[in-house]
Amino acid sequence: MNLLEVKDYSLEFRTRSGTVHALQNINLDIEKGETVGIVGESGSGKSVLSFGILRILDAAARVTSGSVTFAGLDLLGASEGSLQEVRGREIAMIFQNPRTALNPIRRIGRQIEDVLATHTTTLREDMRKKAVEALVRVRIPDPERRYHAYPFELSGGQCQRVMIALALACNPQLLIADEPTTGLDVTTQAAIMELVSGLARERKMATILITHDLALASEYCDRIVVMHAGHVVETAATGELFKAPRHPYTARLIASTPASGQSIATLASIPGNLPDLRRNDLPSCRFLERCERAQQDCASASLPLKEFPPAHSVRCFHPL
Amino acid sequence: MIRMILKRLAGAIPNVIGVVIVTFLLTRALPGDPAAYFAGPAATKEAIEQVRASLGLNKSLPHQFVYYLKDLARGDFGNSLSTGQPVLTEIRQRLPASLELTLCGLLFAVVVAVPLGVLAATRPGSWVDHLCRLLATAGVSLPTFFTGLLLAYVFYFLLGIAPSPLGRIDVSFTSPPTVTGLYLVDSLLARDMELFRAAAKQLVLPALTLGLFVMAPLMRMTRASMLGVLSSEFIRTARASGLPRGKVLYAYAFRNALLPVVTTLGMVFSFLLGSNVLVEKVFAWPGIGSYVIEALVSSDYAPVQGFVLTMALLYVALNLVIDVLYGLIDPRVGIEG
Amino acid sequence: MNATLKHVKYVATENPVTLGAFILFSGFALLALIGPWIAPYDPLASDTLVALKPPTVAHWFGTDSLGRDILSRIIVAARLDFGIAVSAVAASFAVGSALGSLAGFFGGWADRIIGRVADTIMAFPLFVLAMGIVAALGNTVSNIVIATAIINLPFYIRVARAEVNVRRGAGYVEAARLAGNSDLRVLALHVFPNVLPPMMVQISLNMGWAILNAAGLSFIGLGVRAPQAEWGIMVAEGATYIISGEWWVALFPGAVLMLAVFTFNLLGDGLRDIMDPRMRT
Repeated sequence: MNLLEVKDYSLEFRTRSGTVHALQNINLDIEKGETVGIVGESGSGKSVLSFGILRILDAAARVTSGSVTFAGLDLLGASEGSLQEVRGREIAMIFQNPRTALNPIRRIGRQIEDVLATHTTTLREDMRKKAVEALVRVRIPDPERRYHAYPFELSGGQCQRVMIALALACNPQLLIADEPTTGLDVTTQAAIMELVSGLARERKMATILITHDLALASEYCDRIVVMHAGHVVETAATGELFKAPRHPYTARLIASTPASGQSIATLASIPGNLPDLRRNDLPSCRFLERCERAQQDCASASLPLKEFPPAHSVRCFHPL
Repeated sequence: MIRMILKRLAGAIPNVIGVVIVTFLLTRALPGDPAAYFAGPAATKEAIEQVRASLGLNKSLPHQFVYYLKDLARGDFGNSLSTGQPVLTEIRQRLPASLELTLCGLLFAVVVAVPLGVLAATRPGSWVDHLCRLLATAGVSLPTFFTGLLLAYVFYFLLGIAPSPLGRIDVSFTSPPTVTGLYLVDSLLARDMELFRAAAKQLVLPALTLGLFVMAPLMRMTRASMLGVLSSEFIRTARASGLPRGKVLYAYAFRNALLPVVTTLGMVFSFLLGSNVLVEKVFAWPGIGSYVIEALVSSDYAPVQGFVLTMALLYVALNLVIDVLYGLIDPRVGIEG
Repeated sequence: MNATLKHVKYVATENPVTLGAFILFSGFALLALIGPWIAPYDPLASDTLVALKPPTVAHWFGTDSLGRDILSRIIVAARLDFGIAVSAVAASFAVGSALGSLAGFFGGWADRIIGRVADTIMAFPLFVLAMGIVAALGNTVSNIVIATAIINLPFYIRVARAEVNVRRGAGYVEAARLAGNSDLRVLALHVFPNVLPPMMVQISLNMGWAILNAAGLSFIGLGVRAPQAEWGIMVAEGATYIISGEWWVALFPGAVLMLAVFTFNLLGDGLRDIMDPRMRT
């Protein structure tokens, strides 16, 4: 059985300037222990999807169809109480901009203890020890002293380690990492990704890595899910995706990822912009207006899902 | 931390200097003859000359300033013409009444405004939110003296619930033995519950009047601050970690939202200390507000000078406390910027 | 220009309250201008025979202890209170924004000195300072204006300084400089006009506060003297009577005072919405 099953999930936002059809018919399956990357441009709905899974979107969001099941539990129908037991304990999340994602006026040791206090039965006197252990596991130097630190006293990379410590404190089964290395320098990026993937392997923890960096995804993910304008357009094993991309968008994404030694002049780009998701006349294939392979029947109503064994699926009228 | 407090203290010094200089200039900038002002309307020519000599008004301005500073250092704020008493003594006697009133007004305002602001922020668009916004705009439009009169009219004259607005305690009681000068505290120390209730009853309307005006900025700031904090990223992290709603709201959101509210307290105290005078007149409250009003009526100048100086120094001290409080709550102070 | 008008229309329809405030403001302004001519009775004429009479058809708002018609006095007082508020705010705005602009544009010691002046004023509880100034300078209406103007200076200094500071490095400023304009010219002709819109919000809010201040000073006997009609002093005159039941003497002037201040506050909020909806609180 899959750990996480997202079926036919659609979400919209009611705003002053109209309804934003943020996600449409999302299908996503995560197995125990695997690392799945969700890639796409900014605004493709990657983060919204993860917030939706945890149900931490704000009040303007409305789920219009579908289901989200985690280890058999229906997350969409669950009460706030049950959800609080899942968040942080079974499913954890780390965010980009680690420094602003931590409480600026609360010592990081206390913040870790808050999570421990909520989800475990750790005794008062053991709290500090456990918090320091969590810091040790994420390889923060001088953890005993850092326990007392405030986020502003730490570097960006250290803040991210603290967030990982927070997320992993209760040994979750699934970690959602939303752009965890954006904003960090390249060396720190590598260190953080090594840390996360190492810990995931160690604990057989499933990971969803959300990123716009295809190269990063290719290095750390077993499978990759490509999103565009609120749709999942292609899903495949990493190797398979790069060897034989089936969706025109994926092909262009891969082509526009800079290779070492490549000059700027030869950098490919994807024409056009993401369509305005407030439109009521969105075509069923939202890549239609940017696709150079578009044909007459691409404008028809139901976008098919085409399967290419093993486990390679595409939503396209005319896949590559 | 000590360093932070010392830094704050050092920052307050220029303000103290400024206050002293301004009060000095105010008294010496009187049109006409300052000596005549201090000697009073009924003074003889000799009396005026005496005052002129004792205040050093025939000397140059810097020289006068030195005289002024020397007098202040000795605690000599001059004497009241109507009572003949040293101004400082009279101010000291009447200050507790004003302080008790101001503190109660502040307490009332905070206890009502802050929870309402938090409630309005956690339920945007609800009736609480709209009520908050209305009160915030209407509150700063209320003339304090008028509200006081209205409240006295409604609750004393019409409804008969409130006691007669004539001072700190009903004539049938005697004031408690003085320890702090605050009747509420002193009556508790003397374990006299009847007295405590009587003093509290007299305090209700004036404190309410005083507090109503400052409720508006406090509520507005709490609401705005809380709204801002609730949509910030670390709250999202807290929710994603499954922290219970109460903890997220109070330990995480509220504590962070308090910071701008504490800063607002400075402006709040400015209003409170100023409006004190108005409320004391309406409710015949025997504090330094009514003291200075009586002095103004009888053109008795030394108490006015003493009043302005006292209130200003009190305000500087209060701002210092607020600054230190802020530094204690926010560990980033002194590091950034 | 068209876009601004459209936006104004949008705000007015979105926000009927602001529209109402604007109408009220116009009403008060009208009152201030033509008040003395439309008052039914002479505000100073006393008639002890009809002293302390409650509202009747003859005297809509009743009469005070000297038999003077309260409605007439309120109408005439509008001119005085508005006059005080407008003069004080105008003076405050002129001096304060000039000082603040200099401080924000040139920085350095100009900034430090002007900042020090503003800080010293703000070191006092403002009403207390106003009391001290009026007591020192003398008990006249013009001194109320001066005192109110002084205590409002720091607000304008601060806003002007911040706005000018923000715009100091803007492209059009550089362009004006390069075109050969002296610093002062650049400041006055290019930067300052752009600072005006946010200042309008400040001015409206300040007007309300200036009226409250003037009324407060009059209430405790500073500034306006009997038998002049001014809202604050009228409330003071009515204070002794309201406790014994003659509510109209204090209530009507107080209510009108409140309405005037409320109007300015609402107007200020509405202006803020027009300028920048993001600043809504």
